[in-house]
Amino acid sequence: MNKPNRADTLLYLDNVSVSFDGFKALNALSLFVQKGEMRAVIGPNGAGKTTMMDVITGKTRPDEGVVMFGTDTDLTKLDEPAIASLGIGRKFQKPTVFEPHTVWDNLLLALAGDRRPRFTLWARETSEEEDRIAAILETTRLTDHRHRRAGDLSHGQKQWLEIGMLLAQEPQLLLVDEPVAGMTDAETAQTAELLRDINRTRSVVVVEHDMDFVRALDVRVTVLHEGSVLSEGTIDHVSADPRVVEVYLGR
Amino acid sequence: MRHATLICVVCLLGLTALLACLNLFTPASSPVHVPIYIVSLAGKYLCFAILALSVDLIWGFAGILSLGHAAFFGLGGYAMGMYLMRQIGPRGMYGNPILPDFMVFLNWKELPWYWHGFDNPVFAVVMALAVPGVLALVFGWLAFRSRVSGVYLSIMTQALTYALALAFNRNDMGFGGYNGLTDFKEMFGFPLQADATRVGLLLATAIILALQLLVARYVVASRFGKVLIAVRDTESRTRFLGYRPEYYKLFVFVLSAIMAGIGGALYVPQVGIINPSEFAPANSIEAVIWVAVGGRGTLVGAILGAVLVNAGKTYFTSALPELWLFALGLLFILVTLLLPAGIMGLFRRRAAAPAEADEAGADEAAPQLTKQDA
Repeated sequence: MNKPNRADTLLYLDNVSVSFDGFKALNALSLFVQKGEMRAVIGPNGAGKTTMMDVITGKTRPDEGVVMFGTDTDLTKLDEPAIASLGIGRKFQKPTVFEPHTVWDNLLLALAGDRRPRFTLWARETSEEEDRIAAILETTRLTDHRHRRAGDLSHGQKQWLEIGMLLAQEPQLLLVDEPVAGMTDAETAQTAELLRDINRTRSVVVVEHDMDFVRALDVRVTVLHEGSVLSEGTIDHVSADPRVVEVYLGR
Repeated sequence: MRHATLICVVCLLGLTALLACLNLFTPASSPVHVPIYIVSLAGKYLCFAILALSVDLIWGFAGILSLGHAAFFGLGGYAMGMYLMRQIGPRGMYGNPILPDFMVFLNWKELPWYWHGFDNPVFAVVMALAVPGVLALVFGWLAFRSRVSGVYLSIMTQALTYALALAFNRNDMGFGGYNGLTDFKEMFGFPLQADATRVGLLLATAIILALQLLVARYVVASRFGKVLIAVRDTESRTRFLGYRPEYYKLFVFVLSAIMAGIGGALYVPQVGIINPSEFAPANSIEAVIWVAVGGRGTLVGAILGAVLVNAGKTYFTSALPELWLFALGLLFILVTLLLPAGIMGLFRRRAAAPAEADEAGADEAAPQLTKQDA
């Protein structure tokens, strides 16, 4: 694997290892994501996909290795809120929205802005904020549901709301964990379209099991296995790789 | 919610004003006359309501189950008690103009340093707010920064109040030991035994409770409050959005402790005594029961629950004293089983019945979807 030009690299993981009680969840993992790129990450269960997300977002500290954002920000030194404020947004596998709040309020809380109590205590909704929320509601097709409790939404709608919350954060990099799990075929197709749309202005890393969905995204694919990169390239390239076939079919 | 708050403020001020008038302006022979002991009793209930409100603010909206909130109530009470003690002056049993009676009894020669300043009412009131506030700040900072939550935090709060109970029981601490502080004469120049002073205290308590309710209501309805509810339900998610839950919890925990401290400061002149039994762990647990009975996370319900349960306690402890704790336990079990949203839940359920049917349907559908595809 060639190390890319650092100036164009948004996310740079080199030789990252994490172990839990002797189990190596990540084993000398190296991954580079370019600015403006969309990358799909696939791999069997236990390949380290979620641990990789945890390392990038500050939830888990790596035992060794380099995790850089942009050219000069060391992510291993920062905690979750600091990394989120830098512009890395994360969508969880299981949709996690704020259930007692309305769809509108969920987006309001996610909007990029001052996160300190001394601001939120006195904050009033500005018309600019309202416009931004309205635009996101439009993109995620939730305009008609804006006054509903988030907990009352269907599973697919919750996934979309969470993607909307990610957009509201205005991140440079979106980490999206299994966005189409539990979605209908139509919703899956719409989600692929939405992610491509988002990718016009932001970098995206998508972790997914659904091969049809990954094919629909038509982007560079990284296959993880036992905590390191097994293969990387176009979807056709990795599907033809005998090691990938063995990992997937050997189970 | 907004309507409930307004109704509560109006009822609170209206009913206490009515009690006050019926005490002051009707002759004792009149059938509508309210005797002074009822006025003091009502004042005591409203102080408990302040404690319940402060518990609901953190338990209902931040998910912090404090089983030691009476610690802050008690500290506010002790600050006020120290002022009232100093006001006794030479009218004490031993007639010492500076030293309170218990210090003379212990053969102390001079006032401990931490008793200085408490002869000044402004200083005493500031301390009634500052001492609980600073303790909550230190305790909360250590606990929330280390991400201690749930049952572990509850146990720590319980230990905190128990530690205070043990410490204040010691004579060497200089707070009157087991007997505490009592025999108060006057407050801000008004004689505490006079009916007018007691009525005034009741009205002051009602007004302060109403103000606290409005402050708490503002906090939970603000964007801050929305973040707080988000922290309560899915703390880790708020971190990935860039919020720092520990700061949100710390702010509301300190605010709640100060509110409880004010309640304690109002409580002491009305009951005429403060002693270490106020720090008893059971007191804090009772406060949580008041909130659960009224309806957690409703603010108004906390006030309602505190007044109703304490009225029940007054009746039971005189009619069937040995059964009170059983009745309280039974009440808690019944409320948990039959009224999970408390008394306030009764009103809300009627208003929101159709929406809840929808929700049940949606919740059933969602897990099936995930199961199929996973």
